[in-house]
Amino acid sequence: MIVNDQKLPDLPPPASTTGVVGWLRTNLFSTPFYTLLTLVTLYVLYVTLVPAIQWAFIDADWLGDSRDACTSGGACWVFITARLDQFLYGFYPESEHWRVNTLYLMLVILIGALVWEKTPKKGWIAAFTLIIFPVIAYFLLVGGSFGLEHVETHKWGGLMLTLVLACVGIVASLPFGILLALGRRSHMPVVKSFCTVFIEVWRGVPLITVLFMASVMLPLFVSAEIEFDKLLRALIGITLFQSAYMAEVIRGGLQAIPKGQYEAADALGLSYWKKMGLIILPQALKIMIPGIVNTFIALFKDTSLVLIIGLFDLLAIVQAALADPKWLGYSVEGYVFVAFAFWVFCFGMSRYSQHLERKLHTGHGAR
Amino acid sequence: MSEQTSNDIAISDEVMIELKGVNKWYGEFHVLKDINLTVRKGERIVICGPSGSGKSTMIRCLNRLEEHQDGQILVAGTELNNDLKNIEFIRREVGMVFQHFNLFPHLTILENCCLAPIWVRKTPRKEAEATAMKYLERVKIPEQAHKYPGQLSGGQQQRVAIARSLCMNPEVMLFDEPTSALDPEMIKEVLDVMIELAQEGMTMLCVTHEMGFAKTVANRVIFMDGGQIIEENEPEEFFHNPQSERTQLFLSQILNH
Repeated sequence: MIVNDQKLPDLPPPASTTGVVGWLRTNLFSTPFYTLLTLVTLYVLYVTLVPAIQWAFIDADWLGDSRDACTSGGACWVFITARLDQFLYGFYPESEHWRVNTLYLMLVILIGALVWEKTPKKGWIAAFTLIIFPVIAYFLLVGGSFGLEHVETHKWGGLMLTLVLACVGIVASLPFGILLALGRRSHMPVVKSFCTVFIEVWRGVPLITVLFMASVMLPLFVSAEIEFDKLLRALIGITLFQSAYMAEVIRGGLQAIPKGQYEAADALGLSYWKKMGLIILPQALKIMIPGIVNTFIALFKDTSLVLIIGLFDLLAIVQAALADPKWLGYSVEGYVFVAFAFWVFCFGMSRYSQHLERKLHTGHGAR
Repeated sequence: MSEQTSNDIAISDEVMIELKGVNKWYGEFHVLKDINLTVRKGERIVICGPSGSGKSTMIRCLNRLEEHQDGQILVAGTELNNDLKNIEFIRREVGMVFQHFNLFPHLTILENCCLAPIWVRKTPRKEAEATAMKYLERVKIPEQAHKYPGQLSGGQQQRVAIARSLCMNPEVMLFDEPTSALDPEMIKEVLDVMIELAQEGMTMLCVTHEMGFAKTVANRVIFMDGGQIIEENEPEEFFHNPQSERTQLFLSQILNH
């Protein structure tokens, strides 16, 4: 028989497993093989990163107004800074740039307010961002009312066009995607088949085809008098395309919710829409954050495909600038800039999604 | 017969639930065979039987979590049919407690309890929260009100699930194996709450294997097998003098282990 009445004291862990030394030992130098890997990796980083930093920062030229300013042999960012206006606003008239700037500023403030933890009345700000802000943006950008000069959409371009395409695509495809996903899981055969066919058709077609159809085919089918704006057509195409993808991501989330949750909501007398809106979707969307943000990021990058239908998004406008004889030979700088701009937005979305996941984590296995 | 219950709980003559010739199939499989049952207001009925006997299916038919294909079910005077209005009415009046609790993990305990009163009964939030706290006190966990379900033990979660149902002020409570998923040490805390509820006169239908509970509070015990009601009797008689062979076999298996 064993009886052990004494409580053993809590001892600190051995020193070699804690602190910086412990971390290095367990993570980088635990075995000879790992030590070798660590050293090789460090060497590769040294060989690639040092010249890259040298080129991009130390030997780079930043300011000036022609290629003559680039003398140091590194990156010639003058190409970007000299044409920054065009990259940010496209061919939007210079006297009206304040309209775009107002929107850039509003967007930064609203997103900042939504991301910052302690903002009061977040729900209202979110509603404002999703419902009122697009209306303001529409009137400001298009103009033609309130004494604002009308700016045709073919003058839009650069980062501003990219953001318009991405924001509209993101904001519109989520609700459409939710409706399609619910429809595909519906018990009503007509709704179900319609949603299934819709999703499968749009998902099975490349986005380029959709954009071509929107810009070339659609005008052939509708009468000549009705003239759809090219940008509007591209927006509709992107939204429908992305909502089909979104629908499948959300359907996956809906399927992951245990049947008991549906039954408990039913048993309490909640109607279908209340059950979905209050119980099922909040949980499904939470699980689906990585998938949804993944789709958003893909959408953001896919917007650059509009260059094939003659819209000048950020990539297209930089490419056009590269063809300028005065700036021949700076394509590396141009593409690095575009890549960096896209990366900043996509990385931002990715970080925010991780933050959301942590915040919404009420933990503890759902039954 | 129901007037002679072991613990003298008043049972009125008002019929709360009535099943007439109810049949149900899952595809080709005949799960419920000609079920006839009348439950009056204030009755506490325990339903037992081997697994697959249709006992859960039967009580899940009472609030349309399952659909019966033949026969008639009346709950609180309303017939359960394809009319959504009737279904919603009945679901408001019938509370249900599940084997796996089915609390909403993204809402706090208090929000779990307030949700249906606010959205279904249109109770003002303040009032709904006060009611919820009252019931959480009754199930003895008011201090957990602002936690999430995942932070509670199984027994606590099940007591919250009972409180959540009670917040809708139901006429009938259905329990579908409420203690089967619990660790042995937590079964008692849930049964205590159920016993208290029974003694306050709630109409209850419980699918359970807790024979102690049946003996304490039930005024009728129903034994089901193969989709049929095999035997129905007062607990005293049911346990000491079972009539059918299948009942005797079942009782010997669950009581002598």
